[in-house]
Amino acid sequence: MTDKKFASASPLRPRKRAILLGASSGIGAALARRLAHEGYSLALVARREEMLENLCAAINAEAGEVHARAYRHDVREVESAAALFAQLTQDLGGLDVFIYNSGALLPVGLKEFDAEKDLEMTRVNYLGALAWLNPAAAYFQALKRGQIVGMGSVAGDRGRVGAPAYNASKAALHTYLEALRNRLTRYGVNVLTIKPGFVATDMIKNSPRTPMVISAEQAAEDIWQAMRARRQTAYIPAQWGLLMHIIRHIPSFIFRRMTF
Amino acid sequence: MTNSTLSLERLTTLENFGHSLQAQSHLYQPVNTEELAELFRQAKKSGQTVTLRGAGRSYNDAALNGGGIVVSLQAMNRILAWNPETGIVTAEPGVTLQQLWQHVLPDGWWPPVVSGTMFTTLGGCLGANIHGKNNFKKGTIGEHVLEFTARLPTGAEITCLPTKNGDLFYSMISGLGMLGVFTSITLQMKQMYSGLLNVHAFPVHNLQEQLAALMEGAPQHDYIVGWLDSTAGGKSLGRGQIHAADYLAAGDDPEAQKTLQVAYQTLPAKFFGLVPKNLLHYFMATFMINPGVWLVNTAKYVASLRRGEQRQAHAAFHFLLDYVPDWELSYGRGGLIQYQSFLPKETALAAWTEILTISQKRGLPSYLGVTKRHRPDKFLLSHAVDGFSLALDFKITRGNRAKLSAMLQDFDKIVLEAGGRFYFAKNSETSPETARRYLGAETVERFKALKHRTDPNHLLESDLYRRVFGE
Repeated sequence: MTDKKFASASPLRPRKRAILLGASSGIGAALARRLAHEGYSLALVARREEMLENLCAAINAEAGEVHARAYRHDVREVESAAALFAQLTQDLGGLDVFIYNSGALLPVGLKEFDAEKDLEMTRVNYLGALAWLNPAAAYFQALKRGQIVGMGSVAGDRGRVGAPAYNASKAALHTYLEALRNRLTRYGVNVLTIKPGFVATDMIKNSPRTPMVISAEQAAEDIWQAMRARRQTAYIPAQWGLLMHIIRHIPSFIFRRMTF
Repeated sequence: MTNSTLSLERLTTLENFGHSLQAQSHLYQPVNTEELAELFRQAKKSGQTVTLRGAGRSYNDAALNGGGIVVSLQAMNRILAWNPETGIVTAEPGVTLQQLWQHVLPDGWWPPVVSGTMFTTLGGCLGANIHGKNNFKKGTIGEHVLEFTARLPTGAEITCLPTKNGDLFYSMISGLGMLGVFTSITLQMKQMYSGLLNVHAFPVHNLQEQLAALMEGAPQHDYIVGWLDSTAGGKSLGRGQIHAADYLAAGDDPEAQKTLQVAYQTLPAKFFGLVPKNLLHYFMATFMINPGVWLVNTAKYVASLRRGEQRQAHAAFHFLLDYVPDWELSYGRGGLIQYQSFLPKETALAAWTEILTISQKRGLPSYLGVTKRHRPDKFLLSHAVDGFSLALDFKITRGNRAKLSAMLQDFDKIVLEAGGRFYFAKNSETSPETARRYLGAETVERFKALKHRTDPNHLLESDLYRRVFGE
């Protein structure tokens, strides 16, 4: 963990504070840079320590002060989530935004059934989220303010032949976030479900067909705009909203004959 | 153990007085010293820092502690002893100046030093070592403290007088609540023969006249304060109005019995007998843009050209800020900051001429300027000098933060060059380097050494402390 303390806030240098899980690469790293640019103090959490340290160093060098600190943590270690959450809020001096971006997509063949892979994705995409979203929700409920951002996926909108457990884990996260939203809106807390399409990151480099690919930086910009507008759900980029509307309405008798 | 062990029910968002900073903390409100000591034990056990908070009237982050514990002392607000013969009062730290003057005035006494608002607490007043419009004559509030007892974070109780534990007496007062908690404060009040003051008002036409009026007026009056129209430039730069006030001698007020009553001092509930004053800040907000402020300042200056002399109640003269409840809300969502610099009498004119000119040139005029006359004092983190102070209020908007920040850094340089000082109750942008320069490295080290003695586990920490004195 980096030892330096977060740069202090003042009326002319107000700093929002965010925890971002899954920050070491891809959308998470790009979003971290985007938020640092907005003056956020960031507790960046990920499993891959070296990448995370490098990211923090780059962000802090550009800002000329400590905007980001790295915390190594594996979201599969659900027992340590609550204590780490408490430590991060203490280090940050409070919390304004909580972002769960950790995710795993393991390629599964069309005829393959592998429980180990499915459980792994469920642990990272959903169980880890539960372990972290509970303390975050309790914190914001008590404060009567705050924002929770969950990284869902267009993949969570339908169960497809290609990625059953990935689809299911993201669908579970969507539903859980919807329930949190229904609980927390009355306390002034915004719960935002992000549903990215294809973003040029490590996650999709093995995927066969990837239409409408955007860069991680573009995704981070769109997510930031959705956060600023305190939206409920945001497809990234927005065209996916229309596309998924159509896909959601493909009748099952057709959908189950498709290989997509 | 971490703050997961602290109840979420205590979690809350606290702000500074200018509504320009927010911090989330666990807020506790002890009612006695035992509960206070228990909080320190809890903090130590859970690895938390503690910040003391009075009325929350500081313009900066002195009473904020993001991610830690904030201990509000507002429930420790009893007046423990009052002797109307000697004018000596002993009170708990949460007692406000309002409580204090209302308690002592009917017996013919008044606090010798008060801030521009009566909602501040004694603990906060001592922590910042506040001054009033009579700083040149009466010094800071610390100079009227006969003794105090304090609870140190170690659990020890200590009594300090100028002659006993003097090093702690002169450092805990002005020490920003970082050395210990005042639990009982004994103060000498000033005898009054009337609830009224003789107030003279006269205009000054530029900064030189303004400072000369303070300089020459101070020895002749009990109080003196200047209002500065910070929108006027050129030959009129620094123009404004001086208010000087004098106590009435015994027998001067035929109705002293009546004017010394609290009811007589109470601020009016309506402005111009018409507008309910708790709505006034909405009305004021419409003027809080550059042209609006120019208009208001100019109108005020024109009105001030008529010299005046009148008798005014103490509360009305001192607590101008309290006339408009929540006046700070009129500055809008971004809030406001105050920049107050203290300059030696020799360098003040040139330095403030430069500062006011820069502020106008960059299109960032101050919305309110106030000048005072000061004298140095012996307290460790002292802000006063043999000279003057100028307090400038600035409105914060979404777009002006970076420009304002850069400008204040330029101001800091000018003030430091001119041998000036700053005031932690007001300035929120003072950098560690600036603080070290005006206080002197030796003073900062001494402060830290004393802190290490009274608070070896570093339990007492505020956002201000971390920002300015943090490693």
